[in-house]
Amino acid sequence: MTVVVIDYGAGNTRSVRAALHHLGTESKLSADPEDIASARQVILPGVGSAKSAMAHMRTTKADIALRERFDSGQPILGICLGMQLAAESSEEDGGVTCLGLVAGHVERLHAERVPRLGWAMVEPWNEAFYFAHSYHVVNGPTTATSEGVSVAIQSGSFLGVQFHPEKSGRAGLEFLRRCL
Amino acid sequence: MPLKRLIPCLDVTGGRVVKGTSFVALRDVGDPVELARFYSDGGADELVFLDISATAGGHATMVDVVRQVAEVIDIPFTVGGGVRSVDDATRIIEAGADRVSVNSAALENPALITDIASRYGSQAVVVAIDAGDGVVHTHGGRVATQTATIPWAITAAECGAGEILLTSIAQDGRRTGYDLELTGEVRSSISVPVIASGGAGSASDVAAALRVTDAALVASIVHENPGGLPALRQEVSAFGILLRPGRTS
Repeated sequence: MTVVVIDYGAGNTRSVRAALHHLGTESKLSADPEDIASARQVILPGVGSAKSAMAHMRTTKADIALRERFDSGQPILGICLGMQLAAESSEEDGGVTCLGLVAGHVERLHAERVPRLGWAMVEPWNEAFYFAHSYHVVNGPTTATSEGVSVAIQSGSFLGVQFHPEKSGRAGLEFLRRCL
Repeated sequence: MPLKRLIPCLDVTGGRVVKGTSFVALRDVGDPVELARFYSDGGADELVFLDISATAGGHATMVDVVRQVAEVIDIPFTVGGGVRSVDDATRIIEAGADRVSVNSAALENPALITDIASRYGSQAVVVAIDAGDGVVHTHGGRVATQTATIPWAITAAECGAGEILLTSIAQDGRRTGYDLELTGEVRSSISVPVIASGGAGSASDVAAALRVTDAALVASIVHENPGGLPALRQEVSAFGILLRPGRTS
């Protein structure tokens, strides 16, 4: 059984796959429903736009496969945009209906500087991870925050993180290792 | 606000890292992939690579470097130099870079910023501005334009730039400190992060820059002693700057 990284036409899935490779795990880039159903872990990667990612997943029927996988209790890890796609809807791109695996909506960040770029401490994990985002999940099942922003959501077999573990040095690799 | 960032910058041409002063008099300082790994291990928050070759062959070489770098480091990196189209950006991002930096091409055609941001998100687009005497310069800082620096920074941010990389041409390579006034002025005019570049000579210079902005680019002071990056970070922290916690060795 393999680890599937969802292909939704986003750029740079290479880094996530390189990180998995460093952890001794091979992965497959795929949007195929059968691959999604049979994978031991599925990762929703973190780059692109909500609108194009959802459109891509609807075309490939990856959206249905992900919902079925979630309903059957199999693990899914969402990273950055991948975390946001699990929510009900996003304000991005003029409004996008997302996968609705977990409660919550995605809104634009209101902060002094947007995008929120750089390393920040995540509580209660007491570890710094790398962030690069302009949107965030609100009213979701939050399990960790960073400067008051929800940066991890967990419900059922879905875990989503707003930071990029594949870009967060050693702390990020350790986090990924624990997810596998 | 996120923690402040200390970002080594590697100018690359012909597959080698080089360094100059005010953009001229280049000297070879090493292999980009080796240096990248060294800096990543040494606690760099991010890396920036600038492809300063001026040829199509040079740019193809850079894409190979990007691929190799992406395999060995686990921190974000930005690649700029000669990015003139969405296709150029795509090649670089799909080779494994997190962000692209655009400079002259964006000035000529600001829609390029928007186009890349639409495809990859604003956080994937850095607009590099080389500034001197209040105006933007192009062609490696050699040609002064009629465009004033701050209005261009504002426009770039409005077009979708996720970050501005601001280089003081006069200070670049001189190691006498960043142009703090220019950096502060640009930063207070926009609401995206700003990276200060040009002039770092010491930890004190870096700390001074990080008091007024989000990130500081360093080149000469690390390339001459790559193993000194952890110590530099500690010294900067000792000035009271909040950087990401380092590992104990």
